[in-house]
Amino acid sequence: MIQSFRENRRLQGFLLILPTLLVMLVMLVIPLTLTVITSFGQRDADGNVIYTFTLENYWRLLGFTETGWDDLYLGILLRSLWLAVQTTVIVILMAYPLAYFIARAPEKRRNFLLFLVLIPLWTNFIIRIYAWVMILRGQGVLNSALGGVAGLLSIPFTPFDFYPSQGAVLVGMVYEFLPFMILPIYTSLEKIEPNLYEAAADLYANAFHTFWRVTAPLSMPGVVAGTILTFVPVIGTFVVSDILGGRQVILVGNLVQRQFLDARNPPFGSAASIILLLMTLTLTLYYTRRFGLGEEIAAG
Amino acid sequence: MAEYAVELRNVWKRFPGPGGEVVTAVKNVSLKIADGEFFALLGPSGCGKTTSLRMIAGFELPTEGEVLIHGRPMGRTPPFQRPVNTVFQSYALFPHMTIGENVAFGLQMKKVDKQEMQRRVGEALEMVRLAGYERRKPKQLSGGQQQRIALARALVNRPEVLLLDEPLGALDLKLRKEMQLELKKLQREVGITFVFVTHDQEEALTMSDRIAVMEGGVALQVGDANDIYEHPNCRFVADFIGDTNFLEGVVGALEPGKARVDAAGGVSLWAHTPQPVTPGQKVTVTIRPEKMHIRPTATDVNQLSGHVTDIVYIGTDTHYGVILNGGQTIRVREQNYSAESRLLAREGESVSVRFAIEAARVLTE
Repeated sequence: MIQSFRENRRLQGFLLILPTLLVMLVMLVIPLTLTVITSFGQRDADGNVIYTFTLENYWRLLGFTETGWDDLYLGILLRSLWLAVQTTVIVILMAYPLAYFIARAPEKRRNFLLFLVLIPLWTNFIIRIYAWVMILRGQGVLNSALGGVAGLLSIPFTPFDFYPSQGAVLVGMVYEFLPFMILPIYTSLEKIEPNLYEAAADLYANAFHTFWRVTAPLSMPGVVAGTILTFVPVIGTFVVSDILGGRQVILVGNLVQRQFLDARNPPFGSAASIILLLMTLTLTLYYTRRFGLGEEIAAG
Repeated sequence: MAEYAVELRNVWKRFPGPGGEVVTAVKNVSLKIADGEFFALLGPSGCGKTTSLRMIAGFELPTEGEVLIHGRPMGRTPPFQRPVNTVFQSYALFPHMTIGENVAFGLQMKKVDKQEMQRRVGEALEMVRLAGYERRKPKQLSGGQQQRIALARALVNRPEVLLLDEPLGALDLKLRKEMQLELKKLQREVGITFVFVTHDQEEALTMSDRIAVMEGGVALQVGDANDIYEHPNCRFVADFIGDTNFLEGVVGALEPGKARVDAAGGVSLWAHTPQPVTPGQKVTVTIRPEKMHIRPTATDVNQLSGHVTDIVYIGTDTHYGVILNGGQTIRVREQNYSAESRLLAREGESVSVRFAIEAARVLTE
């Protein structure tokens, strides 16, 4: 039976997702498949990929090499993970009160405050990170300010080595991802009906209990969304660590980048990116299972 | 325990308005609500009834004056320390908690022990006929069921006063009528003072022991349903409660308890004067449509001539629109005792509208 286009919902739906489907296929599915295939390959002396099936790259990443135990790469993985956890926790702790403040501000002022949160994003990402180099380096803004204060108090002052360091990378990450945590938390806080706070107060809950029994659980969807928006990019970053960590702070992202561009070892780089992908997927899945994707909590 | 469950003493509430001006929501309201009473705050939106309720709950603090609960001045006591509970218009059930958790919330905060909490939650749900719904989430319940849960969640705490903010406003008409009677029955059973906010005069008349009619932040009249309907003290109350006719006029002759009021076009009538008036004073006379007759009566003193402009037959009654010889339009409601009742007059026909002196009431404000 021939259906007219108007009646054919399936065809309509298919056409609607077709552009995205094509992009995902060409830009994600095919490259990812190639990466998986490459990760099981080898590299010849000239840097060309030999497509075979070997787990050597993975073993090397996990520390088992021909010459014995080497935790260099495992250390990189764990460092990336640790940095992502630190960044996410700090960002949540900073973003939550701010989002709460904005959500409880008078309605007219909220948009202005959100606008202020978004202003930094208008500047190029690389420029913003270089700005932190200017602030944190030996002769930078922060050391000059501290030196000035020390001078006024007549305390001897040697400039701190803020940059390059893992701490500087952490500062850069926190700075970069703060808006991505503020916005989802704000959205879920703003959705909470003000009557619920009153109901809690009416049912003898003080401010502390109201927060932990009503506000916190109802804003969890925002925290979950913000965590994913922060954690996933941070664990795979290489630009921030490159700029603010100098060459000292090597993360999985840097490892992958260097294996492809400097060391000319695509199979090893591919294996590293697959490990990163698996790590991110596992943690995200665990996290969303544990805390819900948000909607379930809000919708009951 | 004090005589009154709730007392408002010269309470004022002023808010900063959107343009920086001061908005006075409640103006010098004094109310005394007896223990165990079902009390309604009735008025149109923006009359200050909800603000008054919120000041009893503690969500708002009076700018001036005092709120007392069982004789204890509340001062700046926050809501969570007041012995009252509220049923919100939107119910405000916690969406992330089950029905059981919602109802138990207040008891948990008061650190009631586990066993007693379970027992009381069970009882409260039974009282609103929703036993066994403990594990459901609010979203899975209908509006009427959510409303009853909101009621259970408040009553489980055995408050000294239960405050209800348009609790039936979101329900459809049929359910609302059912809940009105149910609420009233429940209030008699638990014996807790209910203070109830509504804009629906019929609802207030159905449920309440006493009603405060509010307008523009002022409590115009406080009394029982009969009092407010039969003896309105001002034009607003007469107009807001039920249907009525108004005739504007000037006081002519005076006799004890009654006055002759002369309206435009030679229309003249005798009316009851609850407040003292002086000859020459401009007044309004209110006459309920059901207290006027087109059929000939023996005793009615007042007779106003006019002719019928329209007839609306609604089964129990027939409504006649009458234009008086002075140009005033009034509505007369005749009850249909028998099938022929609707034939009392035809459109365009000249009629005499008759009513007793007591049916007409002189209002000075």
